[in-house]
Amino acid sequence: MDLRHHDVLPTAAERSAVDALLGVEAGDAPPAGFAAVRDARTLLLPALHALQSSVGWVSRGGLDYVCRRLGVPPAEAFGVASFYALFSLVQRPQAFAHVCDDIACTAAGAEKVCSELERKLGAPASGHAKTGTAHEDGAGHGPRWARSPCLGLCERAPAALVTIAGAEPKDCAFGAATASRIEAALAGSPPRIEEAYVASSGPRRLLARVGVADPASLAAYRAHRGYEALARAFELGAEGVLREVTESKLVGRGGAAFPTGRKWEAVARATARPHYVVCNADESEPGTFKDRVLLEGDPFAVVEAMTIAGYATGSQRGYLYLRGEYPLALERLSHAIESARAGGLLGANILGSGFAFDIELRRGAGAYICGEETALFNSIEGLRGEPRNKPPFPAQVGLFGRPTAVNNVETLVAVLDIVRDGAASYTSVGTAGSPGTKLFCVSGSVVRPGVYEVPFGTRLDALLALAGGVLPGKTMRTILLGGAAGGFVGRDQLSLPLSFEDTRKAGTTLGSGVVLVFDDETPMVPILRRIAAFFRDESCGQCIPCRVGTVRQEELLSRVVNGRSTLQGELPLLKDLGQVMRDASICGLGQTASSAIESAVALGLFEDER
Amino acid sequence: MNESSRGEVEFTLDGRSVKAREGETIHAACRSAGIDTPTLCWAENLTPVNVCRVCVVEVEGARVLAPSCSRKVEAGMVVHTDSPRVRSSRKLVLELLGSSVDMSLSTDFADYAKRYGAEPGRFGPRAQPSAAGVRESALPGHHEVGDGTRAATVGQPTKVDNDLFVRDYDKCMLCYKCVEACGSDAQNTFAIAVAGRGFDARIATEHETPLPDSACVFCGNCVGVCPTGALMFKAEHDLREAGKWDESKQTETDTICSYCGVGCVLTLRVQDNKIVRVTSPSDSSVTGGHLCVKGRFGFKFVEESPRAP
Ligand SMILES: Cc1cc2nc3c(=O)[nH]c(=O)nc-3n(C[C@H](O)[C@H](O)[C@H](O)COP(=O)(O)O)c2cc1C
Ligand code: SF4
Ligand code: SF4
Ligand code: SF4
Ligand code: FES
Ligand code: FES
Repeated sequence: MDLRHHDVLPTAAERSAVDALLGVEAGDAPPAGFAAVRDARTLLLPALHALQSSVGWVSRGGLDYVCRRLGVPPAEAFGVASFYALFSLVQRPQAFAHVCDDIACTAAGAEKVCSELERKLGAPASGHAKTGTAHEDGAGHGPRWARSPCLGLCERAPAALVTIAGAEPKDCAFGAATASRIEAALAGSPPRIEEAYVASSGPRRLLARVGVADPASLAAYRAHRGYEALARAFELGAEGVLREVTESKLVGRGGAAFPTGRKWEAVARATARPHYVVCNADESEPGTFKDRVLLEGDPFAVVEAMTIAGYATGSQRGYLYLRGEYPLALERLSHAIESARAGGLLGANILGSGFAFDIELRRGAGAYICGEETALFNSIEGLRGEPRNKPPFPAQVGLFGRPTAVNNVETLVAVLDIVRDGAASYTSVGTAGSPGTKLFCVSGSVVRPGVYEVPFGTRLDALLALAGGVLPGKTMRTILLGGAAGGFVGRDQLSLPLSFEDTRKAGTTLGSGVVLVFDDETPMVPILRRIAAFFRDESCGQCIPCRVGTVRQEELLSRVVNGRSTLQGELPLLKDLGQVMRDASICGLGQTASSAIESAVALGLFEDER
Repeated sequence: MNESSRGEVEFTLDGRSVKAREGETIHAACRSAGIDTPTLCWAENLTPVNVCRVCVVEVEGARVLAPSCSRKVEAGMVVHTDSPRVRSSRKLVLELLGSSVDMSLSTDFADYAKRYGAEPGRFGPRAQPSAAGVRESALPGHHEVGDGTRAATVGQPTKVDNDLFVRDYDKCMLCYKCVEACGSDAQNTFAIAVAGRGFDARIATEHETPLPDSACVFCGNCVGVCPTGALMFKAEHDLREAGKWDESKQTETDTICSYCGVGCVLTLRVQDNKIVRVTSPSDSSVTGGHLCVKGRFGFKFVEESPRAP
C-alpha cells in the first residue's frame, strides 16, 4: 500500500492537537508494519475528535496530517469522518449548538426553541458546503447551530448540547433549553449543572450511590461499599463469578435481553486470545437516559463492574464506549479511571490478586448505530460504524476479531450486587423470568420525570404513580415503551407488569427502559414522522431494506401528514416495508424501524388527527 | 473461504437432504444443488459484504432471514429458498433498489425483477435528480423532510473528470464492489471509500477530490467489478451519450496482454474497429478478473495519442 497524500498542511493548532494525542514524531513517519498500522487505525476516531475539538471542524490539512501520522488512506479517513454527526467537514464557528428536536423535546416545545433560535442566530446547518475548504479570513462562519436527535436529557426536555472548540475545549449539555440559555452557553456561560432526578420504590440497588456518594471521590465510593464486589470476586475466583452471574439469571439491559452469564461463559471458554470486555455506554435510543445517570452519578461502579467482567472472562483490557454527547459523564469517567489507576484498582496486580486489567475510554461522535455492538467494534477499530453480519457473534469474533463480552452500563452495574451478595439475594426481588430491579426512564407529561428503580413486575400504573402521575389538567393519550425501537401502548394497558416475559406476551417490549408519556394535547402524527425521520437519519446505509426502506416509510408518513393520502390507503405499503425491514435488514436498527409506527397504527393513534 | 479439506455437513435445502462442504455458504450449496439464487453484491472474486439482501433465505428457527451469500451451512439446518417470506423480501428489496437507483443497465436486475414481480414504481413518481454536489454536501444525521409525493433517488449528474472512465452514481447501488477491488481484495490503492451515512452514503474520494488528483492509478478494476454500469469506460459512455452504442455490432476477442511478462488474459470488446471495453475473466487464474492500467486502458494509447487526463 503506497498512500498518496496531499500538500495541504495542518495549522499549528491542528498539528499540536493531533501531536498531543499521538506524540510528536520526527518527520511525520507513518507507522511501520502491519500490526502497527492496525493499532494506529484504532486511533483514528480519537484523532478526529482532537481536530474537531481544537478548531471546530475537520479540515483538509488536518485530516491529511492524521492520515500521514496513522498510515490511513485519506479516502477511508474521509469515509469515517463523514459518518459522524459531531464532525463538521466545513469550517464552522468555534461555538456551536446541537438542539434536540426529538420526540420528548418536541412534545416539550422544542419547535418553539428552534424557531426562536432561527430568528436570533439564523438558519440551522442543513448541509456541508464544499467540504474541506477553510474560509479566507481563517475564521469560522455560517450556521451556529443544528438540530439533533435525542441528547439523552429527556427528563429535562427540551435539551441542547453546546460545544466550544479551542486549546481547552468546553462542552456542555443541558436541559430546560431556551433560545437565550443556548445563546449564553455559546457565549461561554453555560447554565449550572443539575443532577438528574432519581427515585425508587424499594431499597436501591442500581441507584444506591447516585446522588449520595460524591462521584468524583474514590474514598466516598469505597465508603459506600465500593470495591467490596471486586474483593468478593477475587475470593470466588473467575468460575465462582460466572456461576453467580449465571444463577442470578441476569439478562442484558441494552435492549436485546440476552442472558449475561451465558455471554460471559462463552467468552471465558473461547480459545482465541486475547479476550476483551466492552462497556456499551453509547445510549442513544430516543427517550433513554438511565445509563447517563449511572455514568454521571456512580462512575466508579462502572469501572469496578468492568474489572469484574474482565476477571470473569479472562480479559485484561476493557473499552468503555461513551456517546459523544455526554460531556459530564466523560469528565467524571475519565477522572474515575485515573483515580482507580492511581489507587491500584486498575493496572497490574489489582488488590494484590495478580489480576491485571485496564480500561480505555472511547468517545463516540454522534451515531446511534454505534450502539449496535458490532458497529461499536468497528467504530473503536477506526472503521465506519457499520454493523457486521451475525453470526459470528461477539463472544467468538468481536473487537479486533477476538472473543468479546459487550454489555450495557446498567447490566454491568447490576453485576456488583450479584457478586457481592450472591445470586440468591438478587433473585429475591423481581419476577421468576426477570429477577432483580430495573431502571426506567420516565419522561413526557408526568409530574416528576426521572430515572426510577423498581423491581421487575411492577405495574406500569404503579411506576407512573411513583413519578407523580400525569401532569395536572392533562389526560394521558399513550405511552411509548422501550424507545423508538419499541412500541406505543394504550391507556387500557396500564396494568401491564413491567417484566421481559409480560411485555413480550403483550406484544411489546421493555427495550431500553423508556416510558415516555404523551398527553392528549400533543399531536401524535408529527411524533410518528419524527420517529421515521430518526431511523432514516441514523441508518448506516449499508443494506438496501433499511437504507431505502426508512426513506420510503418517512415519505409515506409525510403523505399522510400532508393529506396527500390516507393511512388506510398506505397500510399495505407500510406493512410490506415493515416486513422487509424486519426480515431482511442486517441489524436491529432496520429490524425495528417500523415497530413503533406499526404499533401506533394498531392503537389508532393516527385517527382523530386527520 | 474453503481453507483445507474439511468435513461434510448434511442439511435440508428446500425439502431435500443435501451434503455440503463444511464452511461452504448456503449460496454455494444452492448452486451445487441447481438452485438459482439471485445475488447483486456478491462476486466470485471479492469478499462477501452481504449488503444487498436480495439473496436472503429462510433458516428455520431463526428470527430473521439470512444472506445466503455469506451465511455458512451448518449440520441439521433447514433452509427454504422459495418460501413466501423469502419471495416477499426479495421482491421488496428489488422494488426499493429499483425505486432509488437507475438499474437500467443491469440485466440481472431485470431478470430478478421479472422473476419476483417487483414493481419499483409503487412508491410514486421519482424525484428530480439532485444538482451536482448536493448529495456530497449532506450532513450525516440530517435531511430535508419533503412532502412525500415523490420517491427520493440517488439521481445526480455523471462525474467526468478523466479520459479513461466515468462515474455515474445515479446508477450506484452501493454494492461496495469497487471499494473492495480498489482496496484489499485486489488493487491495494484505497483511492475510494464509502462516505456519508444512510441514504446519503456514497462512493467518494477524500473531499471529492477528482480522480486524477487522488490516489487512483487507473487500473480500472473498479470498472471491471461494477454490476450496474455506474462505473463505465469513457469510450462506452461517449458512444452511449451519442446514441451510437450498438451491441449487435460488437465482438469479443480474448488475448494475452503484451505489456509485461505476467500474461494477463484480456477480453477486448470491439465496435467499429474500436476497443470499447477491456475486461478479464473473473475465474482467470492469472488475473482473478483484475488488471492494471496498461492492460485495461493501454488501448487508449494504442489507438489515439494520449491526452492528459
Ligand atoms: C441500533 C442499535 C442500537 C443499540 N444501542 C445500544 C446502546 O446505546 N446501548 C446498549 O447498551 N446497547 C445498545 N444496543 C444493543 C447492543 O447491540 C447489545 O445488544 C448490548 O450492548 C449488549 O449488552 P447487554 O447484553 O448488557 O444488553 C443497540 C442495538 C441496536 C440494534
Ligand atoms: S439495518 Fe440499517 S443500520 Fe443496520 S446494517 Fe442495515 S442499513 Fe445499517
Ligand atoms: S481505477 Fe483502480 S485505483 Fe482507480 S479507483 Fe478504480 S480500482 Fe481504485
Ligand atoms: S459504483 Fe458500482 S461497484 Fe461501486 S458501489 Fe456503486 S454499483 Fe457497486
Ligand atoms: S433529549 Fe430530546 S428527546 Fe431525549
Ligand atoms: S448477494 Fe447476498 S447480500 Fe448481496
